[in-house]
Amino acid sequence: MDKTPQTDPRQSWTFSKETNSEIRRAAATGIYDIRGGGAKRRVPHFDDLLFLGASISRYPLEGYREKCGTDVVLGTRFAKKPIELKIPITIAGMSFGSLSANAKEALGRGATMAGTSTTTGDGGMTEEERGHSEKLVYQYLPSRYGMNPDDLRRADAIEVVVGQGAKPGGGGMLLGQKITERVAGMRDLPVGIDQRSACRHPDWTGPDDLEIKILELREITNWEKPIYIKVGGARPYYDTALAVKAGADVIVLDGMQGGTAATQDVFIEHVGQPTLACIRPAVQALQDLGLHREVQLVVSGGIRTGADVAKALALGADAVSIGTAALVALGDNDPKWEAEYNKLGTTAGAYDDWHEGRDPAGITTQDPELMARLDPEAAGRRLRNYLNVMTLEAQTLARACGKSHVHNLEPEDLCALTMEAAAMAQVPLAGTNWWPGKPGF
Amino acid sequence: MPTLDMSQVELREVNQTLQGAAGTQIAEPYEIINPRGSHAVACGLNGPLTVTVKGSTGYYCAGMNKDATVHVEGSAGPGVAENMMSGTVVIDGDASQYAGATGHGGLLVIKGNASSRCGISMKGIDIVVHGNIGHMSAFMAQKGNLVVLGDAGEALGDSLYEARLFVRGSVKSLGADCIEKEMRPEHLKVLANLLEKAGADAKPEEFKRYGSARKLYNFNIDHADEY
Repeated sequence: MDKTPQTDPRQSWTFSKETNSEIRRAAATGIYDIRGGGAKRRVPHFDDLLFLGASISRYPLEGYREKCGTDVVLGTRFAKKPIELKIPITIAGMSFGSLSANAKEALGRGATMAGTSTTTGDGGMTEEERGHSEKLVYQYLPSRYGMNPDDLRRADAIEVVVGQGAKPGGGGMLLGQKITERVAGMRDLPVGIDQRSACRHPDWTGPDDLEIKILELREITNWEKPIYIKVGGARPYYDTALAVKAGADVIVLDGMQGGTAATQDVFIEHVGQPTLACIRPAVQALQDLGLHREVQLVVSGGIRTGADVAKALALGADAVSIGTAALVALGDNDPKWEAEYNKLGTTAGAYDDWHEGRDPAGITTQDPELMARLDPEAAGRRLRNYLNVMTLEAQTLARACGKSHVHNLEPEDLCALTMEAAAMAQVPLAGTNWWPGKPGF
Repeated sequence: MPTLDMSQVELREVNQTLQGAAGTQIAEPYEIINPRGSHAVACGLNGPLTVTVKGSTGYYCAGMNKDATVHVEGSAGPGVAENMMSGTVVIDGDASQYAGATGHGGLLVIKGNASSRCGISMKGIDIVVHGNIGHMSAFMAQKGNLVVLGDAGEALGDSLYEARLFVRGSVKSLGADCIEKEMRPEHLKVLANLLEKAGADAKPEEFKRYGSARKLYNFNIDHADEY
């Protein structure tokens, strides 16, 4: 007898397999999911923009003959000793504690070879990092773990961290399994306990206090160090304006794709704005204050390629910062560890339980055996290569647009593939001279 | 005694002079007059130097102090001796919010009252307050000793770690995971020493000790109501 034809089993879009698996996990454990990394959801991004390139109305530069500058100076507003970088790509703040000492050393080595800076994190400054980083930015965080005036003075710049893109408005947590004796000692806390990092600074609230805090930091460091203020992509226009008002030399603006060592998944995926949506409002704030280029803007959150770098600069950033991409260059989530990722219930590319300290690649761990898997010299060279490739790519695109310096890229060089990207980047939808919200339409 | 008159000399010059003197081995004591509530006075001193401030200061007086002795003959604004590493800071009057915040070492003495969040995130500093302290004091305090001769406000020691809190007067309420603890001989000894150093007229036996119940040290869903 013929069977009655049946429709294929249909999975719900609303209750997807992934959603249901999270419901089951929550039901079994009673605790929210904590993970590392940034937003994994698809959001409008630099992929949704294209460069127009040169043709009759624009004159391109010769790829192998004509120079396209990439240098950038950060901290020209007030600091006596601004930071001079060869490339407009810096390494974002990541803590010793969340990362192994070898990983921190590798970041320092790679950044130094490429002519750029690296950044401490929520755990103080290590010798590995200071020793191998020609230019080191010292983060000034709410927890103040390991904070001391000597390290402040031997830093090349100070970054006051107000927030980060993965969790604007959130603090941090380094779980007990990563708190070895060395990590605990640097943080003045017992071994093996969860270390909470506050979401607010302990001794200032609001931009008026911050202005005085910055005055103090400058007085302690003889007005030499550039002072950065890092904010998550929450209200970029006002945050930028207030940071400028508070006296920042540099604004670091981190969109929601920016990573974290450990935060609730719900926070990572549901708080903050995409990087693409943050840049134009921040640039507008700087322009409204007459300080675009005088107060530099560093953009981070999902920067992966030279194209991303060039697009961020074209939208008005002075430099970009990479975190997750730098870890991948070191060896994070490498398929060569696939068998071990499988044992942890995951797969290469998706591994994000960085807080558990069992990273097969030896990067987000304090386990001596796992740490030893990362050769800091070889990993540093990989990071150097990657930074060089991104720089070459950005130069290639800039030359194609006729620019003799990557900072000469401008919004006029871009078009958008989607309405959303056009609205966020305020560049025309491809094939039109219009974007949503453009005055006069 | 060299005198710096802040009605005549800019803050930058004052701090540069003091920081330079603190770096030398045998520096004369300095006196600052007319501070007029200036911020960041005598911050970042990095060596043995005695500074007397004749009047009240603004935010972050003696911030990140190392080895120096700073005596304010007046009151101090928010964040006095924040992140102090070592040395001594004495405030004759009252101190505003966040006194001794995140301090790693040294002794902070406040002869009047201290406002809210005194000793927030302290990491090894000793703080002696002759008067009362405000709410949320010793929040997330990690290490060191906070001694209060008067009363403590609400939520004392919320989410604290290993810091020891000694209060002679009343405590309006204790914060999450903060409990009264047994005063053992070693605590009385620590307390006696601090009271003596701070010139405080009180007996160690008059105090109660508070510290962490250590129930929130590792995340536990059964304690979710505490968070």
